[in-house]
Amino acid sequence: MDTLFAANSLAEFFQALLALVGFPVSAPIAHVIAVVTHVALVVGWFGLPAGLFIWAERKISARIQDRLGPTRVGGKFGWLQSLADGVKLIQKEDLVPKDADGLMFRMAPYIVVVASLAAYLALPFSDGWTAVALDTGLFLTLAVLSLEVLGVILAGYSSGSKWALFGAIRESAQMVSYEIPMALCALCPIVTAGTLNLNEVALLQSGGVWNWNILHPFNFFAFFVYFTCATASCKRAPFDLAEAESELVAGFLTEYSGFRWSLFFLAEYASMFLVSGLATVLFLGGWDDGLGVLASIKTASPNGAVSFLANAIGLLFFLVKASVLVCVQIWVRWTLPRLRIDQVMTTCLKYLIPISCFLFAGTVAYPLVLATMSGKTSIIGQPAGERLVQPKKAAGVSNAGATTESHLRITATGTEGSGR
Amino acid sequence: MTAEIILFWLFAFLTCAGAIMVAASQNVVRMAFSLVLTLGSTAVLFLLLGADFVGATQLLVYVGGTLVLLVFGVMLTATGPFTRIKSSPADAILSGLIGVVFLFIVASTVTAVNWDGENGIDQKIAMGAHAKAVEGGFNPTQQGNTTRPLGLSFLSLRADRDLKLDLPKESSAETNTAPVVPGVSVVMPGVMPPPKSPVPLSTGYLLPFEIVSVHLLVVLVGAAYLARTKRRATT
Amino acid sequence: MQPTPDKFLFISAVLFVCGVVCMTTKRNGIGILMGVELVLNAANLNFITFSRFTPLGLDGQVFSLFVIVLAAAEAAVALAIALNFYNNHLTIDVDRGDELHG
Repeated sequence: MDTLFAANSLAEFFQALLALVGFPVSAPIAHVIAVVTHVALVVGWFGLPAGLFIWAERKISARIQDRLGPTRVGGKFGWLQSLADGVKLIQKEDLVPKDADGLMFRMAPYIVVVASLAAYLALPFSDGWTAVALDTGLFLTLAVLSLEVLGVILAGYSSGSKWALFGAIRESAQMVSYEIPMALCALCPIVTAGTLNLNEVALLQSGGVWNWNILHPFNFFAFFVYFTCATASCKRAPFDLAEAESELVAGFLTEYSGFRWSLFFLAEYASMFLVSGLATVLFLGGWDDGLGVLASIKTASPNGAVSFLANAIGLLFFLVKASVLVCVQIWVRWTLPRLRIDQVMTTCLKYLIPISCFLFAGTVAYPLVLATMSGKTSIIGQPAGERLVQPKKAAGVSNAGATTESHLRITATGTEGSGR
Repeated sequence: MTAEIILFWLFAFLTCAGAIMVAASQNVVRMAFSLVLTLGSTAVLFLLLGADFVGATQLLVYVGGTLVLLVFGVMLTATGPFTRIKSSPADAILSGLIGVVFLFIVASTVTAVNWDGENGIDQKIAMGAHAKAVEGGFNPTQQGNTTRPLGLSFLSLRADRDLKLDLPKESSAETNTAPVVPGVSVVMPGVMPPPKSPVPLSTGYLLPFEIVSVHLLVVLVGAAYLARTKRRATT
Repeated sequence: MQPTPDKFLFISAVLFVCGVVCMTTKRNGIGILMGVELVLNAANLNFITFSRFTPLGLDGQVFSLFVIVLAAAEAAVALAIALNFYNNHLTIDVDRGDELHG
């Protein structure tokens, strides 16, 4: 039973669970089961709350514009408006324009949706609550997220329309540039933590708000640059040049209607939540409550039902933090005017890339300089190397626990070593 | 028939189908799409081979970067919607025939080697005398944790050669005589004595890494210079 | 249980041959570039396969990383050349670039 609660990932959880029930399975099969379950959960999450976020966007935008927003469908606050929209969109005729490249036109929405959902593979929702605990977590997430651009470009090109083509060209230029500062700023907390594994990055920040990466002076600025670039990578205003409805009709979406159009929206809200979740894990302590309560509970009883419950509460903290960031994106969209394409490119190439390069170099040099001057690698909170990290003992479930332990030891000594 | 085998065959099929579509298609954007399929499936094959960092790099650099650049180029150089520049059928048939013959030659060399069995690969192409063919390769535990060893090797330290991190049998034999914690000796070689290795310390890849960085910078400047807008002389 | 190396090498052979055929038959400059990418990928797959199944070890993965990086650089330069070609000839058909033909 202990192995069940001590699992490092969903895959190990299923392996332990099935072994308990009496059907022991091998690691690859457990991985496949875990991935399928995770994707089903995520798709369920976006069947329900893509609706929720779209509803939230309508209500928030309405309030910002001094309106009421949806008020009729399903009660006073229009709770079921998104469901009604969804039913309407699915009923619509699936049009493919005569001049379009039919196959590519039909495939493009699926590429976008698959890319943005597959990026959830390595995102931890709570301690060990991830589909596959990958050692290259952040790297793979960014890689998969970058595939989404390709779907948008194909959609724009295959539509056979000038507006769509303009949207696609703008999107490709914008995305290829904004990926660079986004990745550089996401690397800053990685350098602080010393591992690419997202679960370990969040684990090293647990134990109180003073341990969060956002209080690290360079990571503080990196967070804002990252969030700006992430907004741009989700094609959200003020960076929604690809669909700029006042100049380009609807950009790459011009020829789409009905179900395929709604797939693009599903993907947009999915990736909004994903980049917000990444920001939460990297900068805002992940599932940590900020006072160290959950962390001390888990230190007191590392394995077992209590720690499992603490993880479940941590999940709520994670969801709240990420949802707040999504709401910030909605807020920004309805308050800032859209930039011109040259302003978008100038912002990225002339300002964000140099700033993020400086922040990255600063994050690397910071512990060295600080250790030489004061003998400690951080001002606020404990240095990352001294934080107590409980390596999990997943007895009987391969030797993943041992691997994590040795990695954390490398991490710890690495930060100390850089202090010498 | 394990899950790994099923995944292998699925992505092997996708890789080959995409590659053939790239060679057969006349529409450049469809070629780009097939190339996405091929490169993405190859990335999955890399993951199956335990090279997770290379697989992720393949996705990030190739599919997310290079291919977007190529499609961008297609859009900038198209004279009309969906332009096709067809090659003559005779050329296509001839090159297809040559391709099949070529594939036959290459494939026959692959199948000519006895990969497993008593006189298998370990006696024919194994470089080190002490190494078993299948067990001595990288990542024998199929964990796919290559990020750290790769990073160390770019800093001129070979985790698998110098420190024996990935050869569990030999390192356990060493820990019997002297307790060596792998992580500590990785970061602080001055504090803990490095474990004895049968081969002299290898050099790693610091210099090639630096050369590639400078090379990338030069290429960046060169490409920007080449692609800059010029006034056409004939207008 | 893992597939044997010859299967991976066969896939790599298919990639290589498709890339060569693509390079020889396409007249579109960017199509030729795609052929080059296929060939480089075949080489990468070989490197990774041998790194997994032979004592080549980490070297194979490092080499394939270098190949990926250099392929990206090559694509950038080749694309710049293709754009220049288009500026001068108003087409991307490489058969039209025959000014130096004697």
